[in-house]
Amino acid sequence: MISTKKNKIIDKLFQILGIISTFFGLLLLAVFIGFILYQGLGRLNFDFITALPSRIPERAGIYTALAGSLWILALSIIFSVPLGIAAAIYLEEYIPEGKFSKFLEINISNLAGVPSIIYGLLGLQIFSMFPGLNGSLLAGAFTLSLLILPIIIVAAREAIRAVPSSIKDAAYALGATKWQTIRHQTLPAAFGGIMTGIILALSRAVGEAAPLIVVGAMAYVPFVPKSPIDQYSVLPIQIFNWISRPQHGFVINAAAGIIVLLVITFSMNALAVYLRNKNQKKFS
Amino acid sequence: MKKSSEKIIEKLLLSSALFTILTTLLIIAILLFETVKFFSEISIIDFFTDTEWTPLFDDKHFGILPLLSGTFLTSMVATLIALPVGLVIAIYLNEYSGNKFRKTIKPLLELLAAVPTVIYGFFALVIVTPFLQQFIPGLAGFSSLSAGIVMGIMIIPYVSSLSEDALFAVPKSLREASYGMGATKFQTVFKVTLPAASSGVIVAVILAISRAIGETMIVAIAAGQQPRLTLNPLVPVETITAYIVQVSLGDVPRESLEYTTIFAAGITLFIFTLILNNISFWLRNKFREKYD
Amino acid sequence: MTEILSKKKKKKKKNKTSVEKSVKSNFIISTESLNAYYSETQALFDINIQIPKLAVTAFIGPSGCGKSTLLRVFNRMNDYIDGFKTEGKVLVDDTDIYAKNIDTETLRKNVGMVFQKPNPFPKSIYENVAFGLKIQGINDKSFIEHRIEESLKQVALWGEVKDKMKKNAYGLSGGQQQRLCIARTLAVEPSVVLMDEPTSALDPISTGRIEELLFELRNNYSIVIVTHNMQQAARISDKTAFFWLGKIVEYNDTKKIFTNPKNKQTENYISGHFG
Repeated sequence: MISTKKNKIIDKLFQILGIISTFFGLLLLAVFIGFILYQGLGRLNFDFITALPSRIPERAGIYTALAGSLWILALSIIFSVPLGIAAAIYLEEYIPEGKFSKFLEINISNLAGVPSIIYGLLGLQIFSMFPGLNGSLLAGAFTLSLLILPIIIVAAREAIRAVPSSIKDAAYALGATKWQTIRHQTLPAAFGGIMTGIILALSRAVGEAAPLIVVGAMAYVPFVPKSPIDQYSVLPIQIFNWISRPQHGFVINAAAGIIVLLVITFSMNALAVYLRNKNQKKFS
Repeated sequence: MKKSSEKIIEKLLLSSALFTILTTLLIIAILLFETVKFFSEISIIDFFTDTEWTPLFDDKHFGILPLLSGTFLTSMVATLIALPVGLVIAIYLNEYSGNKFRKTIKPLLELLAAVPTVIYGFFALVIVTPFLQQFIPGLAGFSSLSAGIVMGIMIIPYVSSLSEDALFAVPKSLREASYGMGATKFQTVFKVTLPAASSGVIVAVILAISRAIGETMIVAIAAGQQPRLTLNPLVPVETITAYIVQVSLGDVPRESLEYTTIFAAGITLFIFTLILNNISFWLRNKFREKYD
Repeated sequence: MTEILSKKKKKKKKNKTSVEKSVKSNFIISTESLNAYYSETQALFDINIQIPKLAVTAFIGPSGCGKSTLLRVFNRMNDYIDGFKTEGKVLVDDTDIYAKNIDTETLRKNVGMVFQKPNPFPKSIYENVAFGLKIQGINDKSFIEHRIEESLKQVALWGEVKDKMKKNAYGLSGGQQQRLCIARTLAVEPSVVLMDEPTSALDPISTGRIEELLFELRNNYSIVIVTHNMQQAARISDKTAFFWLGKIVEYNDTKKIFTNPKNKQTENYISGHFG
């Protein structure tokens, strides 16, 4: 009897430990964010968003870095989204089962596990063959595209797989070809899921600094890039640059920049979660 | 005509899929190409046995061990944080909590992995280190401890969600058998469910470690830039990734020996993650088959 | 393009031998020594059946007896199953549909299919019915609208949906969805409609409406229906085939099958002794 009672107490204690663990990381994150807000919110104003970088912390802003981030995002979408969806369609709808499909699958899993900085080395070496493009937006976006391609492929495959086969059957039974079925039924039905994956992948891309540093993004760019072959900086690199400086003013700038970057990534994630929830109800 | 356009589309889709293989081949080719150049000047024995890494100094040494120990140390600290916390979360969400709680909390936990790493670096440097210094007087301004702790928080969701999948895959009947004999939840989890899910949990840990050793910005910001062969978590170190960033930020000419060092360091990192990832894929396939 | 099922060729064949013509023209589908396999497992054994034109033919039998497999052979929907293969001949409109140069898309326009569970596309009612026409490259909007209205009227759904054509088809009831799926099939003007237990997911009232519909449709279409419901087969079909373990045990006029089955197994099955 005594041991039963002891066991029940252990059970309760573990439950408490479970709740503590669940909120451990989240609470720390909340504390961190609270600290950032405390430090950076006062610095965050319209001027901070629209000012060029400067050696004087109080005058510096994130305008060019923000523009660089948007450029990088847009170019990455152009490279990675069509390629990722096309590869996913092939892997889900066309590929014959067998060694080749297993090989492709393992290869993509491996690519998804390659550290981001290795993609940086890849981009660095590829674009060193085109000296004019060294450190250009094009080089950065291409590198990030390779990085997020496996993420998009995996997400798009899941979304395509989730489309009930009854919908495809219906299209085939009406005389639709394979591509007509994919183009007009499967893809539209998988659209929400694919979008969720793309947004999550882009949210990863917008926060990346390491591979871009390796392919030659600059820390100090006093102009807004006008074309894909221009030099650029991005928000995470701007923040990194400010963190590495000794003056306290730059730490405050970094905090303010972090608020902006957090707002961007959190809204992208929230959008993805919203789309995913909305999508789950679709076929029921 | 319709048939031929269908064929063309299929070929286009195929080439997109093949592009992923091209990427892998390019990564390997490029890393190997520069690494071969590196080893034409530096002996491979020195690379693995020299205890100093100073390619950017006048007195050059090319021993990878200090970078490896830095990488190992930060990842260890991160794993020591993420493994217990992540595992307890997985058990709690899968065995104890209600469905609704789980559904609300999971996207929030995923947020931990979504925060850009440069921001975690800031947390480590500006918040965690000064806070810890109040209790640990010997703690340096840059250390594998601070960087590792923050990295651990970041990889919690990797451990928790993969472990949860493993726990979820354990058949209900096993659990019911245990409850049927009067076991509490706690006893059931630790005597029945967790042992049955152990290989899945190992997969989670391996993938989390692999993620940690490839992580760059946190360690570049908060762990320091001093390659040092040590197991002391309180002093500055340098990881492989941080070294690559350090060289990239500097002005190292192409075609120099220094330039090839980042590829030699990179291929070391690449091989480690490749091995870890494939062990985990192999294990995962094995435990998936178990209950089929 | 291999328009095997085009009228030109049909005419040619009809001119060949008048004897063949008079024998075959009463039948829309016929099989000759048909065997079918899922990888190693044989699902159909030596099937020789002739499906009459402009009539309702019912396939009955216990689960896994091959009746759905045969139905899906008729429009080659089994092509998408890995390892599925057939031996022997399947003639639709006197054309071997498993011949090499057959265009499956053209075949399926001619041999439509309605499935067990209503499976509308997650799109508007309009888009659901228009899809089959659009993929044929038909862009004439007034023609499409005309066909949509006609098809929806044929399934007695027009009155219920004409004011909400742009609404998502998932908003319809199960019975309405199934009638929509039938209308979608009719819109491309097939000559054969295959139905795979089309009422098994529906309530009795919706089932009744679909059965009524079948009486109407048999005047214009050749219909093959797989059903688990004995009474349904008796009520709606002109001919009935009883399947067991991948073979056709008995095939005859529905009246004869249900009143005077020649085979003991058939008798046991329709009287509810097994299955």
